[in-house]
Amino acid sequence: MATVIAARTFRPAARSGDRLFRLLLAAMAAAVPLILGALLVALLVEGWPAITRFGLTFFGSSTWDPVARQFGVLPFIYGTLVSSALALSIAVPLGLGVAIFLAELAPRWLRSPVGFLVELLAAIPSVVFGLWGIFVLVPWVRSGLTPVLKGALGFLPLFQGPPLGIGMLTAGLILAIMVVPIIVAVSTEVMRAVPTAQREAALALGATRWETTRRAVLPYARSGIAGAIFLALARALGETMAVTMVIGNVPQIKASLLAPGYTISAVIANEFTEATYDLYVAALIYAGIVLFIVTVLVNVVARLLVARVGRGIEAGRE
Amino acid sequence: MAGLATLSALVVLAPLFFVLLFLMRTGLGAINLEFFTALPGPAGEPGGGMANAIVGTMILGALAGALGIPIGVLGGVFLAEFPNTRLSHATRFTADVMAGIPSIVMGLFAYILVVLPLRHFSTLAGGIALGVMLLPTVVRTTEEIVRLVPQSVREASLALGIPQWRTQLSVIIPTAAAGIVTGIMVGLARIAGETAPLLFTAFGNRFWNWDLLKPIAALPLQIFAYAISPFEDWHRQAWAGALVLVALVLVVNVAARYAAGRQVRLR
Repeated sequence: MATVIAARTFRPAARSGDRLFRLLLAAMAAAVPLILGALLVALLVEGWPAITRFGLTFFGSSTWDPVARQFGVLPFIYGTLVSSALALSIAVPLGLGVAIFLAELAPRWLRSPVGFLVELLAAIPSVVFGLWGIFVLVPWVRSGLTPVLKGALGFLPLFQGPPLGIGMLTAGLILAIMVVPIIVAVSTEVMRAVPTAQREAALALGATRWETTRRAVLPYARSGIAGAIFLALARALGETMAVTMVIGNVPQIKASLLAPGYTISAVIANEFTEATYDLYVAALIYAGIVLFIVTVLVNVVARLLVARVGRGIEAGRE
Repeated sequence: MAGLATLSALVVLAPLFFVLLFLMRTGLGAINLEFFTALPGPAGEPGGGMANAIVGTMILGALAGALGIPIGVLGGVFLAEFPNTRLSHATRFTADVMAGIPSIVMGLFAYILVVLPLRHFSTLAGGIALGVMLLPTVVRTTEEIVRLVPQSVREASLALGIPQWRTQLSVIIPTAAAGIVTGIMVGLARIAGETAPLLFTAFGNRFWNWDLLKPIAALPLQIFAYAISPFEDWHRQAWAGALVLVALVLVVNVAARYAAGRQVRLR
């Protein structure tokens, strides 16, 4: 306190300078929550006509008919969930494999280049994946992958219908490619944060390298890995361009993964500029609000999970 | 098991290889001087370029920066210098939430904020959408790097009789400058490729535009429009555009790494 009093006595100008500058910094910091608040209010105000008109039936109805002014998002929710689930079922095992490779197995000289290449994968814009999806992945799924899947698992309802190439499966594949870097980056980080003593203890008990990873490292990093998966899920749920370009954009609920589908983000992207009357716009914004709430919740859960590993490790050190 | 882990690394990197391969193979062939200097040609006719879209992406990036950088850097400095105020906790949390918002929702926000009141699509709306997306990255990276500035540096400055605010402005920020610049560039590289938030804000434009209140072309928008068009020549141009976009993103990323290397060692 003494210094403060002294400063106040001798340098009154400096004190008010401090206060002003702090106020400026605080105003800038306050802009972030204010913008988020403005975003919420803006979405709610503009989506309100649709919220009051459709309420909860919005989620239960599969009729999306702008001409009849009927809007239900069930097929879009279905498409969003199925394409994301498909993406995760591919990306999680692969991403964990790469993370184990990077954190536990790879020789030191190989870690940084492989890590860099995975980062590069994350830096490629969504629209470029979409372009590649349309001209490379879709034809491959149509004439390469689908016949194989139909041959082996064609009796399952999952693989019925004509091989279009576009559809849920392709969307899931492209999403998997896009979210895998998140899983790799976050899980590698949490696995590296596992204390070396943990590994040494397992090795000293006669565990092999793989047993060490599986019984000593993975359980320790468990909640962080779960966090990584949730972060990837949030990304997959909200991803727009690449999915729009390969999923086929047909609002239907079909058991087959080969059938076209539609997602919430894709319908906003495709129809927003064509929405000709206020209720139509409001319905699309309502869909956006749903997407916003879901992704924010998933993100918050993810961050809590990742933070838990950090705290566990801090506690372990003390 | 080690084999499986190694195999998964190969499987994950395969798409990267294939995407880059096709970009080079198809994109390089379609790149010529006209691509960089000409406006888009009439629908279905070969020729034309993406000059306006390339410039448009840069203008949108500059606008986003003008919005996101000052707020982000000063806000980040606040978080680092006053870490435990109620405002800091709120800002940190909301910045994390904001970073996770789908880009298409940011487009909706900018649409409601700018396009609805002005009654038409505009460069300004696109810049605001991208600026809001840039903000959380800049805030959090700035906070992280400013926190690393050693206490002794602050104390040395204060001991010279320099007031706290001058210390923050003229000592702490410059010490952390290269790291802050790295964060900004990583953020800019990320938003340069964004398409979804521009669909109904910047909207796209077939011509040159220098008016902030009129729609403007952007490279990702143009790639999208050409990719889903039925014309062979536009598909080739979409690949060329994608190659340019990826090159741009990579150059900015590499520059960010260079800037990171220039950072004064703080640890």
